[in-house]
Amino acid sequence: MSVSPDDVRHVARLARLGIDDGRIPALVTELNGILAHMDVLQQVDVSGVPLMPSTAAMPLRDDALPPDALQRDRAAFAPRARDGFFLVPRLATHGQLGASTGDDA
Amino acid sequence: MSTPQPGPGTWELVIGLEVHCQLKTRSKIFCGCATSFGDAPNSNTCPVCLGLPGALPVLNAHAVALATRASLALGCTVHDTSVFARKNYFYPDLPKGYQISQFDRPLATNGGLVVGTAADGTPRLIRVHRVHMEEDAGKSVHDRFADVSAIDLNRAGTPLVEIVSEPDIRTAAEAASYARRLKQILEYADVSDANMEEGSLRVDVNISVRRAGDERLGTKTEIKNLNSFSAIERAVAIEFERQCRVLESGGVIEQHTMLYDDKRNQVRSARSKEGSHDYRYFPEPDLPPLRLDAAWVARQREALPELPPARRARFAAQYGLAEAEIDQLLATQALADRFEAVAAAAGEPRKAANWMLGTVLAAVNAAGVAIDAHPVSVERLGALIRLEASGELSNTAARQLFIMLEQHDGEPVEMARAAGLLQVRDDSALVAWIDAVLAEHPAEAARFLGGERKLQGVLVGLVMKKSGGAADPKKVNQLLGARAG
Amino acid sequence: MSERLEESEALDAHTVAHAWSAYDRVKGGADGLNAFLAIDRDASPMVAEGPLHGVPVAVKDNLATLTLPTTCGSRMLEGYVSPFEATAVRRLREAGAVLIGKTNMDEFAMGSSSENSAYGPVRNPLDHSRVPGGSSGGSAAAVAAGIVRIALGSETGGSVRQPAAFCGIVGVKPTYGRVSRYGLVAYASSLDNVGVFGRCVRDAALGLEVIAGPDRFDATCADVPVPPLVPARSGQSRHMPLTGLVIGKPREYFPENLDPRIAVHCERALARLVELGAEVRDVSLPSTDLAVPVYYIIAPAEASSNLARYDGVRYGLRAEAADLGTMYEQTRSRGFGTEVTRRILLGTYVLSAGYYDAYYKRAQAVRALIADEFTRVFATGVHLLFTPTAPSPAFRIGEVSDPYEMYLSDIYTVTANLAGIPAMSQPIGRVDGMPVGGQFMAPHFEEAIMLRAAAALEGALGAEAHQ
Repeated sequence: MSVSPDDVRHVARLARLGIDDGRIPALVTELNGILAHMDVLQQVDVSGVPLMPSTAAMPLRDDALPPDALQRDRAAFAPRARDGFFLVPRLATHGQLGASTGDDA
Repeated sequence: MSTPQPGPGTWELVIGLEVHCQLKTRSKIFCGCATSFGDAPNSNTCPVCLGLPGALPVLNAHAVALATRASLALGCTVHDTSVFARKNYFYPDLPKGYQISQFDRPLATNGGLVVGTAADGTPRLIRVHRVHMEEDAGKSVHDRFADVSAIDLNRAGTPLVEIVSEPDIRTAAEAASYARRLKQILEYADVSDANMEEGSLRVDVNISVRRAGDERLGTKTEIKNLNSFSAIERAVAIEFERQCRVLESGGVIEQHTMLYDDKRNQVRSARSKEGSHDYRYFPEPDLPPLRLDAAWVARQREALPELPPARRARFAAQYGLAEAEIDQLLATQALADRFEAVAAAAGEPRKAANWMLGTVLAAVNAAGVAIDAHPVSVERLGALIRLEASGELSNTAARQLFIMLEQHDGEPVEMARAAGLLQVRDDSALVAWIDAVLAEHPAEAARFLGGERKLQGVLVGLVMKKSGGAADPKKVNQLLGARAG
Repeated sequence: MSERLEESEALDAHTVAHAWSAYDRVKGGADGLNAFLAIDRDASPMVAEGPLHGVPVAVKDNLATLTLPTTCGSRMLEGYVSPFEATAVRRLREAGAVLIGKTNMDEFAMGSSSENSAYGPVRNPLDHSRVPGGSSGGSAAAVAAGIVRIALGSETGGSVRQPAAFCGIVGVKPTYGRVSRYGLVAYASSLDNVGVFGRCVRDAALGLEVIAGPDRFDATCADVPVPPLVPARSGQSRHMPLTGLVIGKPREYFPENLDPRIAVHCERALARLVELGAEVRDVSLPSTDLAVPVYYIIAPAEASSNLARYDGVRYGLRAEAADLGTMYEQTRSRGFGTEVTRRILLGTYVLSAGYYDAYYKRAQAVRALIADEFTRVFATGVHLLFTPTAPSPAFRIGEVSDPYEMYLSDIYTVTANLAGIPAMSQPIGRVDGMPVGGQFMAPHFEEAIMLRAAAALEGALGAEAHQ
C-alpha cells in the first residue's frame, strides 16, 4: 500500500499537525519507505495464533479512595486561565451542548 | 397504545434512541476525583482527568457494578469479558484527545424495554442493542468571557453508560415513552438520577423515514440538545414532517446532526462540517480487558429491586388497576411504594389508587414536600380510606378529614366523630329521619309511595338536610327505595 | 576516561559530593556531554534512612518529578514542572535516594541515539563524537561518566538496553507490569517500561528492587510480589554457580551478517557462562525478523493517540491564535520535532479508517505470534536467552540519517518489548574501543534468574568486559 500527498495531508489534518505543504513530498517518500518494510506482515500466517495471554483480572479501584492530589496549583502550568477555567479561543457554540461532538475545531 | 400508522402519505417513521446516563458513583470512572455537581471550575480534577503527561486510568469498581445493574435491568446479556477502547478526536473539553469508551466488545447487549401495548394486545417491545461504559467529557462555556471559551473539566471523567436502542420506535409518542420508561428503570435500579433537565440523562434521537413496507433504512439525521420528554416528542414530529416533505418533493435526506431549539420549537442543522468522523478506535492499552465472573453478576441481579416492568405486571394482576392508573402510580418509585403501603393498610387498592393519584399528589405538590414526608402517614390514610369504604365517611367528609389530618395528627375515626363527619348508618336513626321527612312533606310522600320514583332524589336530599348531612345517603336511598315497594 | 569501580565497592561510597565533582569534571551539562537538562545542586535525601540513602540518582526527563521540569526532550514541555510525581521516582526518594538531575533523551522517547532532543544531542562519554544510544542516552551517559551509579530510563523498543550497550554499562528492562508506569510520560502504552541503568549488575538490581511492585495508580502494573533481586556478591558464590541453568542461543540473533567482532565477544561470554556451569543450547525464534515492522506499526499508533493531549489547552507550549484549529496546529507544529511528527503521522495512518485491519490489527496478531515463540522456547526447559544487544557499537553523531536504518538498530531489543519479557544488557567487550553489550532475556517475572546469571558473568569476565 502506498501513501499519496493527499493521504499525508489528510492524516496530518486528523492529527492536527499543521505541516506546511513544502514538507509533504519528503514525508510521502519517508512514509512510503517505512511502510514498504511493513508489507512482509501481509504474508504471515496468523491463523491459530493464540491471543496474548491474559494477565490477572483488571484491577478495580474502590469508589471511596481519594485521587492523587495535585502538588502544584493549576495556575502554575495552565497556559491561559481565568477564574479557575482554562481559556481557549472562542468555540462555535453548537459544540458545547451536552458532551463534545468532536472534530469541530 | 395503538399500532403505529405510517405518517403523511405512506411514510413510516423509524427512530432509534442513544441515551447517555451518568452513574451515581462518589468518584469518577478512572480516578478518585469527586463527581459532585456545581463546584468551582476545575476544583475536582487530578492528573488523570486533566490528562497530564504520565497519568493513567484505573477503573472504578462501583461504576462497573452500576453499569452491570443498568444492563441487567434492561434485560441485557452482560458479557464476561468486555474491552475498553480509545475514541480519538480533538476538542478542548476532552483532555487526553481521546475518550475512553467501549467499541466492539461492550459490557452488555441484547436487551429490551416495553413501551406499551400494541393494538392486538401484545407488548410493544423496543430492543436495546447495547449498553457500554465510557467517560464523560468536560464542559465549555462560551458567554462568560469575551472572545474566549472557558473550559471546566469537573465533569470530565464522570462515569457514563451509553444505551443504544435498535431503530424499533415508530412514533414520537413512543420515543418519549421509551425515554420515560428508561428513566424509571434507571431510577428504580438506583444507578442514576437520570434527570434530563440536570443532564444526568441525555437523549439523542436518530430518525429516518422510509416507504411503509420497505425493509431498508433511509438516511438518518441525529437530533441532540433535547432537555425534556416532551421536547423529544416535539422534535421528532418536526423532523418527521421535514423529512417527509423533502422526500415527497424528490429531494434526498443528508446525514446531519441537528439541534433542538426549545425556545423556538425548531430543529436546525448544527453548524459543524459534515462527513463522518474517523475516530480511529483501538483497544485501550492502559486497561486490561474487564472480566466479570458469573457469581458476581448474579449478585448484581439480586441487588436489583422489583423493576417497573415486573411491578407493572404485578399491579395489574394483584390490584386490578387499569394501565393508565398503573402508569401514573409508577411515575416515581416513591409514589409506587407509598401506594402499596397505603393499599395494604386500607385493604382497598382501587380506592387507595384514587386517593394517591388525586388528593395526596395534589397535597404533596402544593406543599412541595417529598411524598414520604407528607404529614398524613400511611396508617392514618389507610384508616381514613377504610372509613370511606365502609360508608362511615362520605367522599366529601373524607376529604375534609384528610385536610384535618394534615394539620394535626390523630385517630381518624375519633377526629371524624368529634367533627361530626361520620355518616350515620344506623337503621333506626335513619328510619326516624325518613319518617320525619315523610310526615313533614305529606303530598310528596304520598306521590312517592304511590309510585313516582323520581321524587326519591328530592326526598333523600330532605333526609340529608334533616340529618345535618350525617345520614349515609346510600343507606337512605336503600331504605326509601324499599318503602316504595 | 570514566571511572571503573570495583564491583564490590559499596554503593554508598559514591556520594552526592562525588556526583557533583564528576559532573563538573566531565561537564555533564550543555557545555559538555549534554546528558543533563536540569540539575538540583541543593538536592538531599528526604528520609533519614533507606536502602538507597544518600545515593545520587539521575532520572530520564520523561519521568514526572516535582522539583525539576519534565520536558521529555521536547519544546512542547519546555519548563513544564509536573504537579505530581512518578511512582518510580517517589519510591527512589522514599528509599533515601537523591535526585540530582533530569537527563536528556530523544524527544518523547522516540529514537535510538538521543540525537532527536530539542535541546541538542547527548554525547557518548567514551567518545564525544559518538552517540550514547537512545532514547535514554542522557541517563546512560550519566552512569558511564561516573556521575551517578544508578539512573532511571525508559524502554519501549530497547531504549535502556541499547544505550547501556553503547556506553558500556548495565541496563535492565523489567517485565512489562513489574514497575508502575504512573508518571512515565506515555509513548507506546503497551510497550513502555521504566528501566534501570547501573554501573554494575548489583547497582541496577538494587535500583529495580526499590522501584518495582504493585501500584494502585497503574492498572497494567501486576499485583505480584517482588522477590529479592540483588544477586549475592560473586566472592561468596559457590564454584560453578550456574550449574543447571540452560541458556538458549537463538540463531536468528546471530545472522551471517552480524559483525564478526561482536559475534566473537558473544561467544566469549557464552564460554564464560559454560565455565560457570551453564548449558548453552541452540534455539530458534523464527518470527524475529518481523519484530521491527510490527514494532513500528504498534508503537507509532499508540504514540499518535498518547500525544494528542499536547494541544496547548491545559499545560505546555501554546501558540496563541484567534481560532482553536490554528492554535492546535501551530502549537503542535512548533512543539514537536521531525521524528515525533513522522511517527505521529505513521501512527495516525495505520489506525485510520480502511487501514486499521491491514496494519494495526495484523501487527498485534503477529506480535502475539512473536510472544508465543518465546513462551514455547522457555517451556522446553530453557531458562534464559543470550544474544547481542545491538548490531553495532555506537555510531557517530549525524551518521545515520535514514529513519528505517535507525529503526533497525533496535532489531535485537524490540522483541522483548513486544513479548513483555524482562531483558538486560551488560558490557561484554570492545570493538574499535567502543563498548559492546550482551543481552539476557528471561520469562515473565523471572528477573531474579537473569540478574543472577548476569552478575556471575560480570564477575567471570572481569576486565575483559571492557576489552
